Amino acid sequence: MTTQIIARPAATPRSKKVLDSGRGGRPALGFLAPFVILYLLFVIGPALYGLLMSFFGTSLVRPGLGTFAGLRNYAEALGSSDFWSSLWHTVWFTILTTPPLVVIGFVFALLAERVSHGKWFFRLAFFAPYILPSAVMALIWVWLYTPDLGLISAALAKISITAPTWLGDPNWAMISIAIATIWWTLGFNFVLYLAGLQDIPRELYEAASMDGAGRFQQIRHITIPLLARTTTLVIVLQVIASLKVFDQMYIMTGGGPNFSTRPALQYIYDIGFTDYRVGYGAAASTLFFILVLAVSMVWFVMTRRQERQA
Amino acid sequence: MSNTSDPSPRIAGHPGSQVSRRGFLGGTLAVAAAGIGLSACASPVAAGLIGSKIDPGTVDYWNLFGGGDGIRMEAMEAGFQATHRDIGLQSVTLAWGNPYYTKLSLATLGAQPPNVAISHLTRMKTLVAANLLQELHPEDLARHGMSADKFNRRAWNTGLVNGRIYAIPLDTHPFVCFYNTQVCKKAGLLDAQGKLKPIQGEAAFLDALNRAKQASGQYGAVIAITNENATPWRIFQTLYSQLGGQVLADDGRRIVLDDAKATRALKLLASLNTKGLIPGSMDYQGSIALFAGGKAAFFFQGEWEITTFQTAKTPFGMAPFPNVLGGTYAVQADSHTLVLPKNPKQNRADLDRALTFVRSMLDQSGTWAEGGHVPAWLPYRNSADYAKLTPQSNYASTADFAVYDPQAWYSGSGSDFETIVGGTVGAVIAGQLQPAAGIAQIRSKLQVLARTDPPT
Repeated sequence: MTTQIIARPAATPRSKKVLDSGRGGRPALGFLAPFVILYLLFVIGPALYGLLMSFFGTSLVRPGLGTFAGLRNYAEALGSSDFWSSLWHTVWFTILTTPPLVVIGFVFALLAERVSHGKWFFRLAFFAPYILPSAVMALIWVWLYTPDLGLISAALAKISITAPTWLGDPNWAMISIAIATIWWTLGFNFVLYLAGLQDIPRELYEAASMDGAGRFQQIRHITIPLLARTTTLVIVLQVIASLKVFDQMYIMTGGGPNFSTRPALQYIYDIGFTDYRVGYGAAASTLFFILVLAVSMVWFVMTRRQERQA
Repeated sequence: MSNTSDPSPRIAGHPGSQVSRRGFLGGTLAVAAAGIGLSACASPVAAGLIGSKIDPGTVDYWNLFGGGDGIRMEAMEAGFQATHRDIGLQSVTLAWGNPYYTKLSLATLGAQPPNVAISHLTRMKTLVAANLLQELHPEDLARHGMSADKFNRRAWNTGLVNGRIYAIPLDTHPFVCFYNTQVCKKAGLLDAQGKLKPIQGEAAFLDALNRAKQASGQYGAVIAITNENATPWRIFQTLYSQLGGQVLADDGRRIVLDDAKATRALKLLASLNTKGLIPGSMDYQGSIALFAGGKAAFFFQGEWEITTFQTAKTPFGMAPFPNVLGGTYAVQADSHTLVLPKNPKQNRADLDRALTFVRSMLDQSGTWAEGGHVPAWLPYRNSADYAKLTPQSNYASTADFAVYDPQAWYSGSGSDFETIVGGTVGAVIAGQLQPAAGIAQIRSKLQVLARTDPPT
């Protein structure tokens, strides 16, 4: 992948010197400033303020932080069945979407790589849904899922299968959203795998085929091991992306039916903006942040280990 | 990126190009500034960027009406535009329920509120507590011919907060009794004029449902209880209020649920299912289909479903929900009101334009009433035109006995309160919970909210 190529010149003594010397330091800071200022202003600042709010009974509609609540907000969140069920919905969605998105992304990348004519078309076709805004994607799938009239239900009815009410049935709603999401975001993993595939030297395959390895043996013993780093990256990015789910659920089901698809982020949104309880909402989002942080740490440890092995 | 070690900057001077970097940047900024300047009076994007009003002299109006109500509201907006050509109108229809109130709150907090907005009466009080609505002064209202004596007293008085006016009621929308005229005729429940004979008391109610069940061959009545919280809450509140019961006190800080009264109401509702008078599992759309298909003689719901059955050409009539449990007549209801969110940039002309719009909506109460809502505007409510509008005017008197949701920061149409109580009542009707267990569940879940400091 391209990161490997850049990494090498960056490690040469010459560029190190540029970074270390005071001569390059100040202009560098100047160039970084626009980003750093915005980052402090809109990411670090609000995050710290949110952490502070989580210890207060802050209200959206009253000025100031409100009364000091200590750890009461955290105790309430940890004792709230609604908080836990929404957290579970987020985790369940992640479990439902991550394996298919990784596996299908890999398989489609392999297939698209093998195509001899019109490669660009397949690349575009798989990547195109990814550039759709969430509202457009939700609109398309809500139409597809419409009971009786929708394309999917109508098609199933033709072969005498009674379709479930996709988004209206608490047992199916999450699965339906997961399917729509897989179609929507597959393109990103697909592109990462395509890039990874192009980094594998052709000679390895030539050598393997001379040694009598079949197509599947080549995939098993060359492609998959050499894509290990890509796979780690894809899995971790995918897990984090799935944990952040909000848009499609908010638009397609509003968290329903009967809250069966309300993710953690919507719980925080409902508490903070609809109930005006931003203090408590901040506590719930801090707890959620810890979960995402834990997942990111796993990625950090995994990549470090892979780098040491490489 | 791979240029980091390359000393020669390649970007600055393209050979042959006449445009310097500085010139290019300056030009871009100038074009952008000119763009904002030119379109400042018209473009919503530019207005959003520099925080100006989209179009001064226009009434921005937010509502949450879909279906038949949405179509009638659009007709009323067109009516306003036809009679007030000097005032522009920007109307926005948003999704019903919590998301609507969230958007209205955030827009008002962000100092970009609409000039006029629809709010349920039961949600309006939370908005007032959050300091998001303007107080309406009688002298301003008087300039536009509006005063307390011209409105349904129940809706008007319930909307007051500490005696102050914050909302102009447009209607009252009570829980009513839809009946299938063909099935009820067969069951002998209609009088000589083809109207439902009054039903009074529990025995008469059960008897009517029994006879209706015989006549329909399926069910006596249908109530939406599956995946549905509002309808179970509405029927429970109606019956429980007929016994004189209250659920909350002290603005929601105290739960005053009366076990004996609640048990009686819940037992009656659960018995409808065990006796096979109503289906034990039925969602909202299904309940409509069942009644429209004549498989249930009665359908208990808010009056707004009138359009659905008119469109479906169902032979139906509408009557007040009967006084089943005795005491003083009571029926669950809410009102749509017109409110003016707080706006620091508002001047006197803006206020008058907004009130002109409010008055125009009231003047078109006839259009609104077709959708089933009982008009709050008495000049129309007491007119001969309205009396002729049937079946809508059959149940108009129930507006005077309307019981609104108890006041709390977590109550009102589509709120957590309705979800908790309605969801539990639905489970009791479906036979998944015993009435005693249901009451315990309502109390323990409401306790969490009652104990929380009100965020407003």
